[in-house]
Amino acid sequence: MIAADRPVQRPPTAKLLMVDIEGRFAHVPRDQFVDLLRPGDLVIANDAATLPASLHGLHVPSGDAVEVRLAGWPATATNDVTHFDAVVFGAGDYHTRTEHRMSPPPLSIGDRLSLGPLSATVVGMLGHPRLVSLEFDGRPDEIWAGIARHGRPIQYAHIEEPLALWDVWTVVAGPPVAFEPPSAGFALSWATIERLHQRGVGFVTITLASGISSTGDTELDRRLPLPEPYRISEATATAIARAKLAGRRIVAIGTSVVRALEHAGEGDGIVRAGDGVATNRLDQRSHLTVVDAILTGTHEPGTSHHDLLAAFVTPDTLARIDQELDAHQYLTHEFGDSLLIERTGGGIGGGTP
Amino acid sequence: MPHSEIPASFEQTFSGLRVLVTGGTSGLGLALVRKLAASGARVAFVARGRERVERVAREIPGTHGIVGDVASKTDIHPIALQAVGELEGLDILINNASDLGPSALALLGDTDCEDLERALAANLVGPFRLTKAVLGSLSASAREGRGAVVLNVSSDAAINAYPTWGAYSASKAGLHHLSRIWNEELASEGIRVLSVDPGDMDTPMHAQAVPDADPATLKRPEIAAHELLEQIAAALPKHSSEIPEAAPATGDRA
Repeated sequence: MIAADRPVQRPPTAKLLMVDIEGRFAHVPRDQFVDLLRPGDLVIANDAATLPASLHGLHVPSGDAVEVRLAGWPATATNDVTHFDAVVFGAGDYHTRTEHRMSPPPLSIGDRLSLGPLSATVVGMLGHPRLVSLEFDGRPDEIWAGIARHGRPIQYAHIEEPLALWDVWTVVAGPPVAFEPPSAGFALSWATIERLHQRGVGFVTITLASGISSTGDTELDRRLPLPEPYRISEATATAIARAKLAGRRIVAIGTSVVRALEHAGEGDGIVRAGDGVATNRLDQRSHLTVVDAILTGTHEPGTSHHDLLAAFVTPDTLARIDQELDAHQYLTHEFGDSLLIERTGGGIGGGTP
Repeated sequence: MPHSEIPASFEQTFSGLRVLVTGGTSGLGLALVRKLAASGARVAFVARGRERVERVAREIPGTHGIVGDVASKTDIHPIALQAVGELEGLDILINNASDLGPSALALLGDTDCEDLERALAANLVGPFRLTKAVLGSLSASAREGRGAVVLNVSSDAAINAYPTWGAYSASKAGLHHLSRIWNEELASEGIRVLSVDPGDMDTPMHAQAVPDADPATLKRPEIAAHELLEQIAAALPKHSSEIPEAAPATGDRA
């Protein structure tokens, strides 16, 4: 597929491939996706704001330039900005394709990193020469200020111009806990949310700290997605429970929402309020118990996001989707076109135990 | 008006709520930060001067000082990121920081375009940008039953035509109308947007505008802060009855 190379969240030309419950296709302009939903549906978005998680600086022992990409919260505590898991690259920046990036200098526990106004220590090696656990110096407010001022959004070579935070925050962006944007939510505008209300479609949010989507290293990429902390509010859990009771559909905006809801509802399909860490991996073997449909970006085969779509449709339908997207020149990556997939066999209230 | 007594605090209303105040190191903004912190709110504040920000954050323990300029486009998201990150969400935004425009009051014909632009950047575009950047947090707060309020500090100059106040007046008139429209548009999200004239106060900005004013004739910022907080309190949902009913069960799955 062709990469969308302009950081525009809602280009007027954005397309959407609708895949209905029987695997039939329809192409519609994406800004009309609300019309494809049914009154009573409950739409759930990920309201995580994206951190400027790319920090350039120096590996102090060697004096070599490095780029640190904050990639994960080591525990459930997304309010502890002292500790992060991070992927370290050598000199260079996003203009070089990730898989061609230089390796960092050899890293060891105790190594100091100087990252603009921030200083950090490598406090753990996480089973790969590029993946470390970091501890920042200073008080939390100082670390927040350092990240806010010095950090840049993580980005990849398919977009030439440097991204700003406003490029990667969705309109519903709230808690700054994601390392890359929950980009399916780029389709949302306040006008869309107003139309949802008008159509009698519910709208609530969860927060999931979306991790990085690529490390440039095949072995490390196989470990993606890393564990992702999430939070489900009382109000959202209540809305889901009511929808499920009434046999109404749950429509997830993005793979991150599916991952969080299915993790929270593991076993009995009941989504409880509270904090959790999504460690689940969804693919064609997964039995979805919470989510009935997904609005998502287009994903390339071989990625964990693409694997997750196989939980919604048969392998045959997924293969046909891939061909259809190619044939109609859909754009891919975070600013690309979208899919709305109804879970095969998951009619109204389907999947509720 | 007697200024001897500061009215009672708002502990029941503001305890635990997360508030961001711009222009929080002097005048009305500082009075708001003090009063909110004393009421048990979790407060972050923004101002341009690092030294003053650090001093106020030390003086009022528990508050979060953020160095930034709301008139600067590139400062807005870092400010929002720090405030929402440090407070773990946001329930109330008070756009208080203001710029007079020219350094002293001037007839419009004598006002430099750059001075008008500065007033618009600080008093109109800055609050617009910052409100947009935290709209997701505010709407989440509203959905979760805590309520969400944006209070834009206005002026009677937003309504009345006072000669020599042109740059400031035009920016505040814009902010006042922006507030009214946003209040209409966000009603369905449960977010209230207020525009409130605090009156003529004894503040550094008033002294800049009217150096000869007798401070005794001006309102103390503490009194104005109290009045503003009363207006915010009235815009928040009444407790318990308006909070959505609890989920079937809660628990940590960590």
